[in-house]
Amino acid sequence: MDVHEYQAKELLATFGVPVPKGAVAFSPDQAVYAATELGGWNWAVKAQIHAGARGKAGGIKICKTYHEVRDAAQALLGKRLVTIQTGPEGKPVQRVYIEVAEPFDRELYLGYVLDRKAERIRVIASQRGGMEIEEIARTEPEAILQVVVEPAVGLQAFQARELAFQLGLSIKQAQSAVSTIMNAYRAFRDCDATMLEINPLVVAKDDRVLALDAKMSFDDNALFRRHNVADMHDPSQQDPREAQAAEHNLNYIGLDGEIGCIVNGAGLAMATMDMIKHAGGTPANFLDVGGGASPERIATALKLVLSDAKVRAVLVNIFAGINRCDWVAKGVVQACETVDVKVPLVVRLAGTNVEEGQRILAESGLKLITADTLAEAANKAVAACQGSPRVAA
Amino acid sequence: MSILIDETTPVLVQGMTGDKGTFHTKEMVAYGTNVVGGVTPGKGGGTHLGLPLFNTMKEAVKQTGGTTSITFVAPAFCADAIMEAADAGIRLICSITDGIPAQDMMRVKRYLMRYPKDRRPMMVGPNCAGIISPDKAMLGIMPGHIYLQGKVGIISRSGTLGYEAASQLKAKGIGITTSVGIGGDPINGSSFLDHLALFEEDPETEAVLMIGEIGGPQEAEASAWIKDNMAKPVIGFVAGLTAPKGRRMGHAGAIISAAGDSAAEKAEIMRSCGLTVAPNPSEFGATVAGVLASRPERRAFA
Repeated sequence: MDVHEYQAKELLATFGVPVPKGAVAFSPDQAVYAATELGGWNWAVKAQIHAGARGKAGGIKICKTYHEVRDAAQALLGKRLVTIQTGPEGKPVQRVYIEVAEPFDRELYLGYVLDRKAERIRVIASQRGGMEIEEIARTEPEAILQVVVEPAVGLQAFQARELAFQLGLSIKQAQSAVSTIMNAYRAFRDCDATMLEINPLVVAKDDRVLALDAKMSFDDNALFRRHNVADMHDPSQQDPREAQAAEHNLNYIGLDGEIGCIVNGAGLAMATMDMIKHAGGTPANFLDVGGGASPERIATALKLVLSDAKVRAVLVNIFAGINRCDWVAKGVVQACETVDVKVPLVVRLAGTNVEEGQRILAESGLKLITADTLAEAANKAVAACQGSPRVAA
Repeated sequence: MSILIDETTPVLVQGMTGDKGTFHTKEMVAYGTNVVGGVTPGKGGGTHLGLPLFNTMKEAVKQTGGTTSITFVAPAFCADAIMEAADAGIRLICSITDGIPAQDMMRVKRYLMRYPKDRRPMMVGPNCAGIISPDKAMLGIMPGHIYLQGKVGIISRSGTLGYEAASQLKAKGIGITTSVGIGGDPINGSSFLDHLALFEEDPETEAVLMIGEIGGPQEAEASAWIKDNMAKPVIGFVAGLTAPKGRRMGHAGAIISAAGDSAAEKAEIMRSCGLTVAPNPSEFGATVAGVLASRPERRAFA
């Protein structure tokens, strides 16, 4: 799960990471009020979206008067901001963050990631702050400093000190940096984050080391024990269908194609999409209904897939282990009774209770296309799609 | 021969009394697995499905001689259950549980590293379908009837895609020594590499089918190992050719986030390391059959 910049900063601040003073606003009036409350002479008005590269896309405006703050907030709120990370449709801006703009001397990079290869937390730092880390890795790999954390004891102060001095900081600055590095690590560990990026980490004129921007992602599997993090969820930043699917505990990812997919198991779902492409079609979505799919879940999944106006055929592919084909078949029948299915429906069942499942489908009287193998199912779905009229949105 | 489990392997079920534990314990016993007991804290001394229950793994191991465990424990408590099994001297721990926090798995892996290599338990999963040695034993949640006994080893990250492969092989009359699901999480107990090494040593396994997916370095590491160490032919596949970058495709681990993570790149690495790559997921059977038919004399290593 991703959170907004201001949420990440609030969280980091509770762990003792210094951040500039700021406040969130949902309207231009609130933005001006926030600026007056914060005080100071310069403010950054920052669009809050779940994507980076906002500065280059005009999502961050530096303001010198309250009037400018109002105009900046007015210009950003209610719009969709398109950055190189959002895709062409952009992300809706519903909140802006008003922050006291402090002068600073240097920009550094500080990141934490749960490294899959090392199976440990890796701390990454660089003097080249403000640049994308991928960019630094490509052009100047020697400018990247790294520390791998031993899980049994956690990050040690000496490791943070080594990083601070390698970043070329003075003694006074290094002291501030060490506590920032240690505290940010504690935030990462104690909130079950998977990624934390402070870019830039700036050195202020008075030698304080501050997080000027912050980006955090959290482990969905750990949200059950991180209520403070789970409460930060902002569904407006998600594709509406994906948000709807998440409510029903379905794993859905919308794509651009024409064949809707309902599959059990992530690997088989990806393979089904691959097979559709191989057969000459295009998948409209990824959808994993998971293990133990009840008739209700299948029905919900079908409704969800059909709500995509681009879909011209649907392929249901279930290889039942923990699932049972008779449940899936009942779900398909139930869904067809409640949803008006205007496009061809191809169903392939295999595994546990397959005969019973096929019998239920055959006796339902529904106009379904059935298939026995993955290749047959994909070919039939592509053929059905080509014969199916495009439904107007 | 098979790897990891056979009909004699004594199995303890952690979380046997829950719905899923109960259903799958019945299935495993019906398949012929030697289940010797279950562990549910607070229910020790009783019985479930005619099997003895214990409060702790230590007690269960002492009373039954169990060497292998399977966990149907809720995600919040599963890391604890795995470490308890390791501490009780269990040699093989298979975790079906989906949804274990990644940092919990990080600590589990670190905990297992405490044991010297010869005494370190093998952990399979989490978020996997389990292990099956056809007609001998099943330690998992797969539909047992789709597996034929034979000479090919299967290692798959995805459960259901592993089923797909097994049923395609069965349709061609090709059987399996053992099929292992290593799971779809970002941090796995065991990797492709651990099981490839076992299959290479297993006298009955003649070829191995390795089914990967997008995300993570495991497929590339395994391919490099195969190139240098493996005499038996390996057939590979990577699911997710159509997966967009940066999106998590169901499995917590299936996300293209770094160079080399995509399906096309991984398949290319497999090819360059001498694996035969199945052209699409409906040709597992045909590709394995082709490799078995055209198998040259075993490669010799200097």
